[in-house]
Amino acid sequence: MIHVIAFYLFAVMTVASGAITILSRNPVHSVLWLILAFFNAAGLMILVGAEFIAMLLVIVYVGAVAVLFLFVVMMLDIDFAELRAGFVRYFPFGALVAIVLLAEMVLGIGAYRAGSLTLGTPDGTAAAPAGASNIEAVGALLYSRYLFLFEAAGIILLVAMIGAIVLTHRQRGGTRGQNIDKQNRRRPDEATFNVKPEVGKGVQL
Amino acid sequence: MIGVEHYVVVSSILFVLGVLGIFINRKNVIVILMSIELILLAVNINLVAFSAFLHDLTGQIFAMFVLTVAAGEAAVGLAILVIYFRGRGTIAVDDVNRMKG
Repeated sequence: MIHVIAFYLFAVMTVASGAITILSRNPVHSVLWLILAFFNAAGLMILVGAEFIAMLLVIVYVGAVAVLFLFVVMMLDIDFAELRAGFVRYFPFGALVAIVLLAEMVLGIGAYRAGSLTLGTPDGTAAAPAGASNIEAVGALLYSRYLFLFEAAGIILLVAMIGAIVLTHRQRGGTRGQNIDKQNRRRPDEATFNVKPEVGKGVQL
Repeated sequence: MIGVEHYVVVSSILFVLGVLGIFINRKNVIVILMSIELILLAVNINLVAFSAFLHDLTGQIFAMFVLTVAAGEAAVGLAILVIYFRGRGTIAVDDVNRMKG
């Protein structure tokens, strides 16, 4: 019973915060509602026993991606009211596309419920071992059968990181930075001295 | 009892909300990127639900890869957004075609 109540709570909260995310006037509010949607989706995943993905969702999305969004929204000085123009104009077409998409999905789910579709049966090679926790089972599979895909995911993240740095990095002219190489090449005989000559003696160059 | 259909319904509603968000926020790239994140979240819920109800962990592994790609996409997308704003002073995307050449 508590399971059903929790499911409906998380489901309603996920859908509602997703709707407010796209309808909100202020993008900062949008980001915050998106964070709430991610938290509730993580709750939905915990209900079916996928703790690892749920925690990953909270850490990666809420901890990194959403904060990145918040950063960019607040860093750029944007007139959001001007960007809202056309909202009413595009709404009917968007709603039409959304309704058609939803109708197709409802049709598919209805066909499944009527029993005309089978989901197929898993071959059992990726089933969780009895007694192992979700994280142990995922780890065992990830570091054996999906090892190369896991490495490829790491390469994707590396490429994304380098790409983001290369895109946003800029050299600014007119600043005086430290030139360590030039400093180390200096010799005493080409340095400037501070001398205190006596009156009438002059300075030796 | 909660079955896989309940999860599929939630994720399809979330997916449609993401598509609708792309349409109604046509000018604001930040909200478009957020809508894409919503779509990917719907996909992840679907993958995890099927993985759990079929007792096969492959879906959860795949959800992790989707998460990885989504994180990379958000990082690169926001970087492009920042340099676009630097050059143009606005993020309205309906005149991006002036960038050609």
